[in-house]
Amino acid sequence: MILELGHFALVLALFVALVQVVVPLVGAARRNLAWMAVGRSCALAGFGLIALAMLALMHAYVTSDFSVLNVAENSHTDKPLLYQITGVWGNHEGSMLLWVLMLSLCSAAVALFSGNLPPVLRARVLAVQGMIAVGFLLFILFTSNPFLRTFPPPLNGNGLNPVLQDPGLAFHPPFLYLGYVGFSVAFAFAVAALIDGRVDAAWARWVRPWTLASWCALTIGIAMGSWWAYYTLGWGGWWFWDPVENASLMPWLAGTALIHSSIVVEKRDTLKSWTILLAIVTFSLSLVGTFLVRSGVLTSVHAFATDPARGTFILLLLVVAIGGSLTLYAIRAPALKGGGLFAPISREGSLVLNNILLSCGCATVFLGTLYPLFLDAMGGPKLSVGFPFFNRTFVPMMVPMLLALGVGPMLAWKRGDLLGALQRLWVAYIAAGLVLLTAFYATHGGPVLAVLGLGLAAWLAASVMTELAERLRLFRIPLVDSARRAAHLPRSAYGMSLAHLGLAVSVAGFSASAWDREAIEILHAGGSVSLAGYELHLDSVDKVPGANFIADEANIRVTRDGAPVTTLHPARRFFPLQKQTTSETAIRTNFLADLYVALGDSDGAGAWTVRIYWKPLVPWIWIGCVIMAAGGVVSLSDRRWRVGVARRARVTSGPLPAAGE
Amino acid sequence: MRRVLLTALLLLVTVAAYAVEPGEKLADPALEARARSISAGLRCLVCQNESIDDSGAELAHDIRIFVRQRLTAGDTDAQVVDAVVARYGSFVLLKPPVEPATYLLWFGPPVLVLIALGGTLIWLRHGRGSRPAAAIPLSPEEQRRLRDLLGENDG
Amino acid sequence: MVRVLFLLPLLLFVLLAAYFFAALRPSHDPQVLPSAMLEKPAPAFDLAELGTDRRLTLASLKGKPVVINFFASWCVPCRIEHPLLMRLAKENGVPIYGIAYKDKPDAASTLLGTYGDPYRQVGLDLEGRTGLNFGVYGVPETYVIDAGGIIRKRFVGPLTAEAADKELLPLLKRLGAS
Repeated sequence: MILELGHFALVLALFVALVQVVVPLVGAARRNLAWMAVGRSCALAGFGLIALAMLALMHAYVTSDFSVLNVAENSHTDKPLLYQITGVWGNHEGSMLLWVLMLSLCSAAVALFSGNLPPVLRARVLAVQGMIAVGFLLFILFTSNPFLRTFPPPLNGNGLNPVLQDPGLAFHPPFLYLGYVGFSVAFAFAVAALIDGRVDAAWARWVRPWTLASWCALTIGIAMGSWWAYYTLGWGGWWFWDPVENASLMPWLAGTALIHSSIVVEKRDTLKSWTILLAIVTFSLSLVGTFLVRSGVLTSVHAFATDPARGTFILLLLVVAIGGSLTLYAIRAPALKGGGLFAPISREGSLVLNNILLSCGCATVFLGTLYPLFLDAMGGPKLSVGFPFFNRTFVPMMVPMLLALGVGPMLAWKRGDLLGALQRLWVAYIAAGLVLLTAFYATHGGPVLAVLGLGLAAWLAASVMTELAERLRLFRIPLVDSARRAAHLPRSAYGMSLAHLGLAVSVAGFSASAWDREAIEILHAGGSVSLAGYELHLDSVDKVPGANFIADEANIRVTRDGAPVTTLHPARRFFPLQKQTTSETAIRTNFLADLYVALGDSDGAGAWTVRIYWKPLVPWIWIGCVIMAAGGVVSLSDRRWRVGVARRARVTSGPLPAAGE
Repeated sequence: MRRVLLTALLLLVTVAAYAVEPGEKLADPALEARARSISAGLRCLVCQNESIDDSGAELAHDIRIFVRQRLTAGDTDAQVVDAVVARYGSFVLLKPPVEPATYLLWFGPPVLVLIALGGTLIWLRHGRGSRPAAAIPLSPEEQRRLRDLLGENDG
Repeated sequence: MVRVLFLLPLLLFVLLAAYFFAALRPSHDPQVLPSAMLEKPAPAFDLAELGTDRRLTLASLKGKPVVINFFASWCVPCRIEHPLLMRLAKENGVPIYGIAYKDKPDAASTLLGTYGDPYRQVGLDLEGRTGLNFGVYGVPETYVIDAGGIIRKRFVGPLTAEAADKELLPLLKRLGAS
């Protein structure tokens, strides 16, 4: 009964979305306030309905209602409660429902927090969001309906893939989807601006918080995915250039470029049509990613069970959404005239360079991911593109970007003094040089690229500090004055510094992976192995039962020079239902390096294969991502986003202010 | 559709991935190092985006043994890789070969960067869209007013 | 001229969408790898035969087109294609030779005893080296080899009736006739 209510709510949401498309659009064209306001009510109602639908599905899972086909295919009574709830989105249909839930959440947020938006713009933005919602709700209701019943209901379900039974599963998809779907707001703003025929500084100000928020969510989502793979898959890899990973990286790269180019639109009233294009492309990449994962054209560890019929439907959605917006772009964008002039060497110039390198990087990832498909479709040889390709093409593009990142914020708008900026960065040179030399000696001349990577990270971190110090006129004016300056510095300045610092931390983590060490040994109880100054003693391996598995758990004592450090319990879990074994790794981190232990096969006679890795600086990869996202959040909290344009709009009372359009 | 599911069944993907087993390792460290580096460049065909060095699948294990046997028999690195490619096709290489079919793949990115940089420089130098009209010089009267206004705001 | 530039994104997308439509065709299966050894000589092998003291070698199979089927008792999809193999062997007279891939001889015997034996002979590839030489990456796989010992076709996964009738039998007829 509850399930049917959920199903009904979803259908109702479709109709509400249809209204959300038609009425505000017509209202915007006719400047009818009442009709435009319908957009807000529809967005809020739509969110409520889809949330109901999600709750209904969750209820079916939690109560293990196996008359529901989706529950029967993916759940089991033995599953722990956390995975009963979060397993809702561990399959295709449930994850699509999560997708539209996030979409409706974003629409509702736009409806609630856009008091400072001119009604016409808001109406059009909500209408475009409604269009996307209509498309995906149709997709769900016609091809991927989670509310179907099965008769006769099985006694128990197929259970959830053991690999997915992990706390990381709870949080990785929601963040990721929030990121993907959040860019639909920027997309909607872009389309609305094209319809309007105008892009100005105000538009850039309105769009930035939404882009930033999505970017933060996507950063966290990708970082969680990487960390989850690291501790789950058993050999410490954290990025595989898997097509689905690439599908999340591409919108991230484009979204980063978008954030930066919208700054130029806001400050200097130029780069408009490029920014609009980026906004369209970023969300298009999210859509293409959805297509790649669910259509079966590419295979990936992440891919859901696929179906070409679904693939065709999504492709049609893509054609309408992306084709439509790009057509609109081709027609309307030439009319967007820019204003600000700037010299190639200037703050704008460095932001343009940032955009060029990020976009080309995105295009490279795109090319590498889809090339095998293109070649195959043309009847060419079947090839595969793995990490060697990306290391040789993507990484060299990011190096100049990191170098320029240090200099860019030091340049003035319009016309910058490059030589002066380079001179003021003397601290950064020293820092980078010191790190390079230290790393070179400490690692006995280790892989040159990795040493350079560390140097780059130091350069970036030091230049961020230098820029901040310059703003505070540190050591040039009394400290008290600097402190006062610091208190009044806009939050977006801190946000920028924090985000760039986070990037430096992550880059250091990426580079240090060249110095991973490993030891793979066969041990009996009582045996031990040494690695990186630690001694690991295998005391015993015990059989430990779990909720829906039986585990072989090892007890490993870790010591350093005889002094006890910790005990680790790597395990192998056997899930009788799916007849699958997973490896639970044990990781000990001191935030400078990870000691990573995985339990391998046994010969049945008490001998166990134990794999131990020592990974320096690997936690910094994800710590850096968190710092980046924190920088984004700090930027978001800048009062200017909330106060800026609103004041002017509120002062004029009465009917629709003509200036606000 | 059924075929996809069945093919997926037969691709026995082991979830717990362990790389080189202790028993596989060669006695000669130089040969073993070569084996590891060759293995890192070969794709595990029944996994996704793992090299045979990383993967715990049976097939990965078999190919690792094959690589080591060939090395012990005296093959060069290139010969070992060719032997694997002869059996499994270019798909097994994680680094796609540089051949006419992949020129676009390998040279596309740097060419794209050059085009983007060049295009941007042209755009910057030769104007974009309509330039704002050249400023009309102020008359002496207006210049005096301007100085007065600026003078008022100073201090 | 500049207008054309604005059309570029749309044109690129149309190209992309066309590729995606092409990729969605049912004939395109991204999981299946084409054999790297098509139109090349089959690798030589010399395997112990199941149930006898004789050996199964490639040389002994030359002179007529044959079908080699890699299977195993631990392979579930192999059971699915088994009845079809029986039909092909008994009714169509297809010369099918089996290679038990990484299988225990007892288990293979039991399997064939229970479900029937469609194979003229069965070779034992205990370590999987023969399979590796053929480029086998999973079981079941079926190879069609002509009279001169050249690999003509590979079927990956359980053989379907459709593939057998539309591709395997006509190919054998062509090879047998030549």
